[in-house]
Amino acid sequence: MGLRDSLFGRTKQVAPNLDNLFALPTAALTLQSELDLVSSGQAGLCFKSGSGESTITTDDDIKELLDFDETTNKVTLTTDDLGFKWLVVSDPDFEALVTRIHAANTSMVEHGLGPRLLCAVFGFVPKTPPGEGSVRIVYLMKQGTFYPFAPTGPSQRNNELELRVKSFLGTDLIFEKDLGRWMALWNLPVK
Amino acid sequence: MAKTKIETDHKLNVRMFITGLALVALYAIIVSVMLSLGVSTVLVIVIAGALIFSQYYFSDKIAMYSMHAHEVTPAQEPKLHEIVDRLCLLADMKKPRVGVSDMDMPNAFATGRSPNHAVICATRGLMNRLNDEELEAVLAHELSHVAHRDVAIMTIASGVGLLAGLVSRIAMFGAMFGGGGRGGKGSQNIVLLEMVTMLVSMLIYVVAYLLTMALSRYRELAADRSGAILIGKPSVLASALVHITGDIGKIPRTDLRKSEGMNAFFFAPALAGGTAATLFSTHPSLEKRLDQLSKLEKELNG
Repeated sequence: MGLRDSLFGRTKQVAPNLDNLFALPTAALTLQSELDLVSSGQAGLCFKSGSGESTITTDDDIKELLDFDETTNKVTLTTDDLGFKWLVVSDPDFEALVTRIHAANTSMVEHGLGPRLLCAVFGFVPKTPPGEGSVRIVYLMKQGTFYPFAPTGPSQRNNELELRVKSFLGTDLIFEKDLGRWMALWNLPVK
Repeated sequence: MAKTKIETDHKLNVRMFITGLALVALYAIIVSVMLSLGVSTVLVIVIAGALIFSQYYFSDKIAMYSMHAHEVTPAQEPKLHEIVDRLCLLADMKKPRVGVSDMDMPNAFATGRSPNHAVICATRGLMNRLNDEELEAVLAHELSHVAHRDVAIMTIASGVGLLAGLVSRIAMFGAMFGGGGRGGKGSQNIVLLEMVTMLVSMLIYVVAYLLTMALSRYRELAADRSGAILIGKPSVLASALVHITGDIGKIPRTDLRKSEGMNAFFFAPALAGGTAATLFSTHPSLEKRLDQLSKLEKELNG
């Protein structure tokens, strides 16, 4: 925020940074070779719905906007306990999953919903269960950075595994340096 | 002017005016006494400056202390932290420390000298009375104060006012003694000049005080606007406002006066001022705030 914005008491809405998403497929390969983790086939997009915003007001509108692949019924829309919407996409092919999330983002940005985007989440599960537990790779839209989230209970997370994921993927992905931003996403609808 | 449910307490407004004026006068008297005791003008400015600066520098600690608030960890207040987390990521700002005050009065405040030293705090009463979405709206309003650097702006504003009064006083003192050396019968003139000096600097203090209050109300509206845009639903902030402002009017006033000193940092003023929207209040009237939010709601839907 600039001095002028402070003086006049303004905040600009922050546009999302979608550039770094396509680093994910490489990272997925590393996850599989180093930690035996594979894609769960699910990814989610978390955003805050608001009043108005062009013509999109209902869940159906949003779904229609993002459900570009009409032949399959792979997109679901849920609301979490903090009132944020989750668009959950399923696709066994990880690269296709990333493309779909990216396309969904782009189309939301085009419809003026960019400032409402919070994060995208990609699920990873052990290839040979139980393994070490599942991990979500979270992409923070506004910051353009990644962090791992490994919940082990209703409000516990495996920080050790998260840090290990970070050390293995540190070269593939741009990680969020501020650990305070490694936000917990309890009860998230993405496997 | 339309009337809200809360009745205007004229006596209270008068008391507020007198209290504010008395504070200004007190400051002026302290400065005058120091000056007449022969304390050098430089030292007086330094002392006044140090007072204002420490108020600014320790704003987070002072506010937390006077609100009986304490910092909370994510483990202690998971929901509060989660809401703040998400709002900060949406707005791409640094997460402030999070605090809770055990007071039952529904209110929230954000303070701290810079976004890096900010603390955001909600009272138990606020969390008990509002639903999650409304709580989020109130926190978005408070985060906007942090983003707008309102503590710094308000400190500078009140500092400038004080300085203007001081400088005018000192300048007139200088003129008085500079010109009084010629004639022998200057004693009567000096008394007159002394009174004029007092009056003029008092006037400057009062004007500065009014301007500071006006600025504070403007900053509140700005924070309402930014907060509403951040959550994308101005109507939710409006409903939170009605909720807690209405509630505040019902609570016995004797309880509320205890936190009078914190008004400038509050989401809703602790004193029920009603519709008067006097020149002396730190917050705009409820109707003004609701008006702005409903316009914003239309804008977003338009």
